Amino acid sequence: MGFDKFGGVSFTSEAKVADFVSYLEQGKVMASSCKKCRRVYFPPRVDCSNCLTSDVKWFEIGSKGKLLTYTRVNYGPAGFEDDAPYVLAVADFEGGVRVFGRLSREINENDIKVGMALKPIVANLPDEKVLYEFAAA
Amino acid sequence: MREVAVVGVGMTRFGVSENTNVEMFSEAAMEAINESNLEPKDIEALFFGNVFGSHEEGQANMAPFAVADIGVPNIPATRFEGACASGSVAVRDAFIWVASGYYDIVLAGGTERVLAMDTPAATRAFAMCSNSYYEGPAGITFPGVFAMLAHLYSHKYAIPLPKLKEQMAMVAIKNHHNGKLNPKAHFQATIRDLMEARIARATQRGQPVPTWADEMEFFRDIKVNPMIADPLQLYDCCPFTDGAAALVLASIDKARALTDKPVLVAGVGQCSAGSLADQKDYTQMKSRILSAKQAYTQAGIEPPDVDLCELHDCFTIAEIVAMECLGFFEFGQGSRAVARGETEIGGKIAINPSGGLKAVGHPIGATGARQIYEVVKQLRGECGERQVAGATIGMTDTLGGDAGTICNIILRRGW
Repeated sequence: MGFDKFGGVSFTSEAKVADFVSYLEQGKVMASSCKKCRRVYFPPRVDCSNCLTSDVKWFEIGSKGKLLTYTRVNYGPAGFEDDAPYVLAVADFEGGVRVFGRLSREINENDIKVGMALKPIVANLPDEKVLYEFAAA
Repeated sequence: MREVAVVGVGMTRFGVSENTNVEMFSEAAMEAINESNLEPKDIEALFFGNVFGSHEEGQANMAPFAVADIGVPNIPATRFEGACASGSVAVRDAFIWVASGYYDIVLAGGTERVLAMDTPAATRAFAMCSNSYYEGPAGITFPGVFAMLAHLYSHKYAIPLPKLKEQMAMVAIKNHHNGKLNPKAHFQATIRDLMEARIARATQRGQPVPTWADEMEFFRDIKVNPMIADPLQLYDCCPFTDGAAALVLASIDKARALTDKPVLVAGVGQCSAGSLADQKDYTQMKSRILSAKQAYTQAGIEPPDVDLCELHDCFTIAEIVAMECLGFFEFGQGSRAVARGETEIGGKIAINPSGGLKAVGHPIGATGARQIYEVVKQLRGECGERQVAGATIGMTDTLGGDAGTICNIILRRGW
């Protein structure tokens, strides 16, 4: 299983970090950290650019996140036309993990506020695809 | 390093083109070569910006076709790609090779036929310049990236969004005003002109005639100014545009023999950044701050020395943030400076006297060279009604991706 299952439209079929998508299929949104120097990576990496080793462990992104910024996209790119409108966001999680992603459609638009508490969740898309999103915490 | 000067510039009329990418580039290149009092055989190499030729026309490896089209099929011709900053990145490398002494006279620039793609396809193609592994699959768009920047700016500097949106609208009003004075611009009309055209059309067709009290009311009207990605509306966004721009760079000794008005490349900078979420604070883009610092240091100047700047206003909020990162205004003060008119022609610093990406248009492979075209014309005093009086130092700023590539070039009069 590779990256072909990640997101609405993706051109990437395989990746060294394919475990990220396998974890999503298990309902877990994961980041990686270097076992040697403990640097944290999201998007996850399996090669550490800090100490140049390739021994990482995976850990689940915590449920204490904060909304940094967001936008409601009314016009999507090719492949997303019928998906729009949707809300894109950047959120900060514990341990300095900053994540770009979608805000769950479960959140009422009037309730969206910078600084609101968020947690990562996995959304199941058509064709057995998966995407991480942010839900209200 | 040797001193290097721009000896000639050229650009197509930006807008909707029925010409190919290569035809557009040839037109701009021939203008630049003619202006330089040179012939194509004098050009030693081409540094060529183009991003989406493969998508637009099914044409990859375009640079060799471009030199063949101007009659020098055997000189080295290399494509440079740095998303929307491709043209600038090409010019910066051209500068370095001439400064190093490897070449004496080179051609640099770029071309892009964006409108060969429809809007969803172009939106998708542009979005490929962000992180396609993680951001693309969520449906990222560039209006979306800069819309998030607008919310962040509003929150960070405690400027209520309706107030910030008015200040952003003033960026568009200014740039359309300047664009009206630029015969090469895609949109040569003020926002007021666009309003009056809509009123005239409605009257002619017997439809309900809009009654906007002023430009701000027009901006707030989502029927004519639809919300693209909240809070950015249509007129906060630069258009999709076709066009090409080119310039000839020469070592200073060659340049002085060719022209009385060589425009010196005084300093250049280029920096990179990773994914959007890797950036600590994208209201203060580190790649831009560092790139500008390289250019200022090399030129031996400070931001207040700059008379005019052609910067990357792909969206109205982008102009405000760029002005701050380049050091023209304190962080958090840019939007107020726009509202006070400090960035108009004749203000503290003229920002985008050409009309910017907003009014001139944004053929992404060409934009950086187009910005240099404007600065060169301004320094030579050839800009007519949009002339910045007495301009001696000008600067360009081009952003690719979500600040993934930034390039700055400082030019000064060489006479």
